[in-house]
Amino acid sequence: MKKILLGNEAIVQGALEAGVDFVSGYPGCPSAEVGDGFKDIAKEKGIYAEWSTNEKVALEVAIGASFSGLKTLVNMKSFGVNVCSDSLLPLAYTGTKGPMVIFIGDDPSCHSSAQSEQDSRGYAYLSRIPILDPSDPQECCDFTKLGFEISEKFNIPVILRTTTRVSHQKMPVTINSKSQILNPKQISNPKSKIPKGVFIKNPHQFCTMPPRVLEMKKELLQKIEKIRQFAEKSKINKVIGKKNKIGIIASSISYLHILEALKTLGIQLPVLKLGFFYPLPEKMITDFIKGKKKILVVEELDPYLENEIVRLAKDKLTIYGKDVLPTVGELDTDKVCIALSKITGKKFVIEKSKILDLPKRSARLCEGCPYWYILPIIKKVATEGTIFGGDIGCNMIAGLSPHNMQDYLFSMGAGLGISHGVGKATDQKVISIMGDGTFFHSGIPALINTVYNKSSPLIVVLDNRITAMTGHQVNPGMGKTLMGENTEELKIEEIAKACGVKHIKVLDPINIKELEEAVKEFLIKKEVSLIVCRRICALLLKKQNG
Amino acid sequence: MDKTFNLILRGVGGQGIITLLSIINEAAFIEGYDVKSSELHGLSQRGGSVETHIRFGEKVYSPLVSRGQADLIIGLEVLEGLRGFSQANSKTKFLINNYYLPFSGSLKKEEILGKLKMISKSNLYLISASEICKKELNNEVVSGIYLLGYAVNKKLIPLKTTSILGAIKKVIPEKYLELNKKAFGLAHD
Ligand SMILES: Cc1ncc(C[n+]2csc(CCOP(=O)(O)OP(=O)(O)O)c2C)c(N)n1
Repeated sequence: MKKILLGNEAIVQGALEAGVDFVSGYPGCPSAEVGDGFKDIAKEKGIYAEWSTNEKVALEVAIGASFSGLKTLVNMKSFGVNVCSDSLLPLAYTGTKGPMVIFIGDDPSCHSSAQSEQDSRGYAYLSRIPILDPSDPQECCDFTKLGFEISEKFNIPVILRTTTRVSHQKMPVTINSKSQILNPKQISNPKSKIPKGVFIKNPHQFCTMPPRVLEMKKELLQKIEKIRQFAEKSKINKVIGKKNKIGIIASSISYLHILEALKTLGIQLPVLKLGFFYPLPEKMITDFIKGKKKILVVEELDPYLENEIVRLAKDKLTIYGKDVLPTVGELDTDKVCIALSKITGKKFVIEKSKILDLPKRSARLCEGCPYWYILPIIKKVATEGTIFGGDIGCNMIAGLSPHNMQDYLFSMGAGLGISHGVGKATDQKVISIMGDGTFFHSGIPALINTVYNKSSPLIVVLDNRITAMTGHQVNPGMGKTLMGENTEELKIEEIAKACGVKHIKVLDPINIKELEEAVKEFLIKKEVSLIVCRRICALLLKKQNG
Repeated sequence: MDKTFNLILRGVGGQGIITLLSIINEAAFIEGYDVKSSELHGLSQRGGSVETHIRFGEKVYSPLVSRGQADLIIGLEVLEGLRGFSQANSKTKFLINNYYLPFSGSLKKEEILGKLKMISKSNLYLISASEICKKELNNEVVSGIYLLGYAVNKKLIPLKTTSILGAIKKVIPEKYLELNKKAFGLAHD
């Protein structure tokens, strides 16, 4: 049966068809619909699913489940891999017990990413974890299942890496209707049978420590060569088209652009489509390029494939890649047509459209957003020259007009760390803002550092009762889990107090007088101070009120 | 239909663009076409410009409409509609909601309409969908559905009424079904 699915929905579908038991993750764009997808179906399907406090914890939780024999799916956006990488590398060494797929969503062109245009495929080189790179929702579904198979066969985690244009692409997908995602409305009788594994002690596999750790590295290298043999035979690496002196190697969404471009230009060239990014089927690639004069490598962002292919080609032919395609920004059919035209000599006239220089409509705070009360008051009260530390979330709109109050913006939780550094390095006053989600994700260690090493920023936590930017996911401040269960509601002010902050106020920002007084009072403190501005996100409120 | 139909759907975050996209996708699927679309979530949904692509036909590879290849541009707001220009050619139809959501630094409405008329010439369909929906249904969010009704009626999009109605039923929650059907019917009858 066929059903129109978003790439991310297809990943959920693939995981269901594979019989996933356990899901952990942290929301981000373009990955969040995978974790969200289990919200309404987990209980019914007998799956455990959680939003963890951050990606590092999410991965570690999954490692525990895998070591207990469960089939596990982890989900996060590109930057999440940076956060969890400290545990990702040893996981490659220990390997898995229950199979594990780690889903990572990259965002070329930074449609929904503030911090960098990251190409997460690079983690293959750091971690030596296999990476599969689907092109469309059908492959999202199929590769998820394949990822679990590979993981089970070789006891290694497998990364499923997508980009925004894959994750947020829709198409009719062939699915196994038996495990199809049920419409939440149809769920009437939750079986609520959460799977249980068994942890069988095995320190030989699960503990990394020298000298064993170097042995493990050797075992990993051997494993990768076996997986390479598997990749050589795998159907997800394939050659299409007739023989020619010119060939194309493509992966991910670029494969779709190249098919479109060949159609547009009316030319036929052989294409090697790589579903595996790591390990690469080197023999297959060598066979493909043999006898050819020119190869065009079509990949988005960094020239990882190109570099590998240059190495395999040993100067016997010309490899084109980033000399004819951009390293910055996503690709599209036009860019690929231009590149093809350059190396084939086939004429391509781009439809001349005069570029209209229209003013940009940037993101803004929603109507009724509580931040509309907070930002202007802070700005009004802050003395001339106050430094504004920004952080990730809807609250980074503070950096845009009409607010214009953001002096640095890095990664989740980074604002406060930087603010402490500025505070220590200067005599300037610093106000650091962050969202509630970010406070739990990575703000707490920075807060402890600020207290411990004694700087005096005013920290304003914008507690809109949700992780808003990524589409309203619950966090530890909410008293609810992903699966809708009640749980302890962690209070930001109590955590701050326990971390040693002496000046704390909790208020509703629509009481602007109170907010104004609090900011005034705290700005002159010689020690760190913290205001929790607590008011629910306007969109969430509207949703809750139906 | 021998050629792939290329549609650009533009507006401002929060205008119900993704819902409209899903309805068109499902309708094309019901008619047996291959269909691919691309949407954006996250940052742009916070009141920024949202650009989505839908392509349907016998076989579709890329989900993105190439420059100058759009058959139809639906703009739920005047300036956002004008932005579709980069995907337009001399034959592209512009179906634009006569609805203006200014922001600081935005162009004046007359200026936008002037540019739209200059660019699209006789291919401009400027419809006061928001106003009509507000008046008739007391709800502006369905103005996209109204425009879709208009597009089907005027044959700006090669999809049948029955398939759209089937798609609406599939995509829209029970609670809002009648409202959406009405909005579609308003421009269609
Ligand atoms: C490591 C990492 N994980 C996930 C994200 C995606 N992300 C962007 S904004 C955001 C939400 C922040 O929520 P919160 O701090 O509550 O701020 P709000 O959006 O509510 O203002 C997340 C999770 C990210 N940028 N980096």
